Amino acid sequence: MIVDLINPDVVDLSRFQFALTALYHFMFVPLTLGLTFMLAAMETVYVVTGRQIYKDMAQFWGKLFGINFAIGVATGITMEFEFGTNWSMYSRFFGDMFGTPLAIEGLMAFFMESTFVGLMFFGWDRLSKQGHLAITYLVALGSNLSALWILVANASMNMPEGGHFDPDTMRMQFDSVVKVIFNPDAQAKFVHTSVAGYVSAAMFVMGISAFYILRGKHKAFAARSFRMAALFGIISTVAVITLGDVLGRLDYEHQPTKIAAIEGLWHTSKPPFEPWLAFALPDDAKQENHFEIGVPFVLTPLVSHSFETPITGMIELEEQAGPHIVSGIQAVSALHQYGRTHDAVDLERFRAHEADMGFGFLAMRHAPNQDVTNIPDDQLNTIVQQTKPDILPNVFVTFWAFRIMVFLSLWFFAVFALSAYVSLKNELEKNRLLLKLCMWSIPLPILATEFGWITAEAGRQPWTVFNRLPTFLSASSHGVGYMIFSLAGFALLYSIFIAAELFLMFKYARLGPDHDSHATHDGHLSVIADRKDAFSAASSLSS
Amino acid sequence: MDTYAILKLVWAGILGVLFIGLGVMVGMDMGVGTLLRFVGRNDGERRTALNIIGPHWDGNQVWFILGGGAIFAAFPTLYATSFSVFYVVMILLLFSMILRPVAFEYRSKVDCKRWRASWDGVFLISGALPMFIYGAAFGNVLEGVGYHFGWTGQYYQDESFFSYLINPFAVLCGLMSVALSVYQGGVMLMLRSEEPIHGRARRYAMRGGVVAAALFLIGGVFIRRLNGFHLNDANPGMPANPVQGQHVTVSVGGWLDNFQLHPILWLLPLLGVFCMLFGTAMVKADRPVVAWWTGVGSWIGTIGTVGVAMFPFLMPSSTAPDQSLTIWNSTASAYGLTCMLVVASIFVPLILCYTSWCYYVMRGKVRTADIIHDSHSY
Repeated sequence: MIVDLINPDVVDLSRFQFALTALYHFMFVPLTLGLTFMLAAMETVYVVTGRQIYKDMAQFWGKLFGINFAIGVATGITMEFEFGTNWSMYSRFFGDMFGTPLAIEGLMAFFMESTFVGLMFFGWDRLSKQGHLAITYLVALGSNLSALWILVANASMNMPEGGHFDPDTMRMQFDSVVKVIFNPDAQAKFVHTSVAGYVSAAMFVMGISAFYILRGKHKAFAARSFRMAALFGIISTVAVITLGDVLGRLDYEHQPTKIAAIEGLWHTSKPPFEPWLAFALPDDAKQENHFEIGVPFVLTPLVSHSFETPITGMIELEEQAGPHIVSGIQAVSALHQYGRTHDAVDLERFRAHEADMGFGFLAMRHAPNQDVTNIPDDQLNTIVQQTKPDILPNVFVTFWAFRIMVFLSLWFFAVFALSAYVSLKNELEKNRLLLKLCMWSIPLPILATEFGWITAEAGRQPWTVFNRLPTFLSASSHGVGYMIFSLAGFALLYSIFIAAELFLMFKYARLGPDHDSHATHDGHLSVIADRKDAFSAASSLSS
Repeated sequence: MDTYAILKLVWAGILGVLFIGLGVMVGMDMGVGTLLRFVGRNDGERRTALNIIGPHWDGNQVWFILGGGAIFAAFPTLYATSFSVFYVVMILLLFSMILRPVAFEYRSKVDCKRWRASWDGVFLISGALPMFIYGAAFGNVLEGVGYHFGWTGQYYQDESFFSYLINPFAVLCGLMSVALSVYQGGVMLMLRSEEPIHGRARRYAMRGGVVAAALFLIGGVFIRRLNGFHLNDANPGMPANPVQGQHVTVSVGGWLDNFQLHPILWLLPLLGVFCMLFGTAMVKADRPVVAWWTGVGSWIGTIGTVGVAMFPFLMPSSTAPDQSLTIWNSTASAYGLTCMLVVASIFVPLILCYTSWCYYVMRGKVRTADIIHDSHSY
């Protein structure tokens, strides 16, 4: 046996734990990304116009931000640990390329955000107006830069660029930091994700403001917050959809299996008629869809931005993988040999098949004793046939996660557009149904970002590093008991966290902004017509 | 020596600085957390203690995040192996670490005795436990850790977590780390509080200093009976792969070899003991500023002592000594180390500048009377 493969249950439990902790972390992060920016915008208006109400807005929404921020930080620590505790092989294999953006994130972004967030809360009376505003911007910049570096790291898993595998150290090493940073996947994903955060924050502020307007409380405060959020929201939603399209195009070029799964495309498309499936029930086992409902002519231009380029289907992709798996088995055998001999002949043999190494690792799961270095000739074909279907992600999950995200984003577009229109006409109080819809939509952007994450990460399977390192090989060699212990702990702690968070959020949202400081403002409603302020704040987002 | 070897050395140095920064900054906050229930007898006093570190704990905690991130980036094999080998311990550390941010933000947001008392308990655990584990990890590493590698680079664990959690030397190191953090936390409380918190903090800081010094000396006696590792054919420029290319011998008391070879290294443990004792005297004399800096000296002394004793080992393997992780075989690529060095040399000074500025802005005593009426405080 050349390698003791880790228990498949441990791999599954590790994946489950990572998904749980990542999705949980991702409930709080988007809100942080967007709220910091909105706080900065509100405070900017305060500093420019000197109106107290905008300071109250920054302080009140800042309090809710703080409740959210704490859990975001706490659950972020978990993520950083888990690569080492649960994905040891991955961390060793890819640490050179993945650890660097992560460490830069700490040095450049997280330190700044965390140091200044203290001053943001505690420094109101100790800093000048401009000084405090600068701090708020630094926190916003820090949280957004943080997202940038995390997504740079993530992009190098989805689209490994700027690195190579070194047979002497048995890992990926990077040779161009520029290529890692300017990975197109990273850039597109950064904007897509952070702007999705702005959508979450906008819906959050708009929904709670709608609640106040419905109750007839804090009217001036709520009307201003509502309008600012609606404008933020509409700009952000447009950006999110545009960048989503860019991402889809990148996946089409670099991760054909992901895009085929997203579209539920089993057989290579026949442009230009190929419909875009709005509804289907993909059956992973039978490799076909049930109950397809599609929009004809849409798929090809949507994905390939042309009318004639076909999109490769999953069954064809599987067929194409065959030769790569055979070659990959050669690569892994040569690598194993080279590790013992350090012989130039073995190295040369490895180099000839190097590009397919990942497929050789993928075949390990089906090889006798999980050893691909000594496969008898008569078994090779069977193993290749068994490995082929492994290259596809779970189609049902990827297909539906993507669709829920897309349908939700269309819903946000409608809600924000309508809200902005009604708010600018000063007719909010008449449209109680819209206000209720805004309120009930608060959790939806968070749900949409979660499904976006699932689309990206479930669609990347079976790889942790796309086409290089399979997921089942990446986990640490733990026993099942360890995994149950940690999972139980996380489930318990995270349940306590979410209960406490929701309790406090509801409590402080119900309490509303400090009442005494608003008594004067609530008296006259003419301030609602103050459109310029909200616009100037919204424009700072689009710039 | 080639550039790659020099880069490895430089990063080993930076790792040391990070460990010291972590001990000082995170240790200080953890110390305050540990002491919270003891220096504050009522809610107002406890809130005062919390608000002394309130504006800074989040920034300080980044030392911890950065420590993890830097090991990941500069010593990926060490990161992958140590975090996995110490799984249960690491998860416990993680649980207590993630409770802290929530405790800070949530504790005072509800005016209910039981709610606040529960979070105060969380502060005690999430202050003392991480520091204990931090110290115990150093102890474990000095004793050697049971693991080996397969040909793909996957590690395999050869010992159960009980041996890492419960063994006398690790417990001793863990307790010393807690004592130092209590010292540093107590001194910080002295700096920014008035009576009665000031006086209570002073008593605990003195105890922390004395206990730390005593444990450090006992640890010194202990280490003469521990197995030490020695790297024979060292090749600093070797490819970073622990699977082969080293020959390691193990001998009782081997960790003292480096001190015998270069007696000047004895200055480090001496610095540690001196700072702990002199610092305690300064606390007694009510000179918290000096005492804070001697606290820094204590951490430099202790971490420095471990570092030079083990050099060039990072995590020796007790079951496969030849596969022990050293500075030479577990670093990132030369290119990666260079990039990180450039980034670090720009941002670390910047971080030190704005961190100091934050302390400057928030300077002065925190008064219980002000805290109760301030809606921005914890």
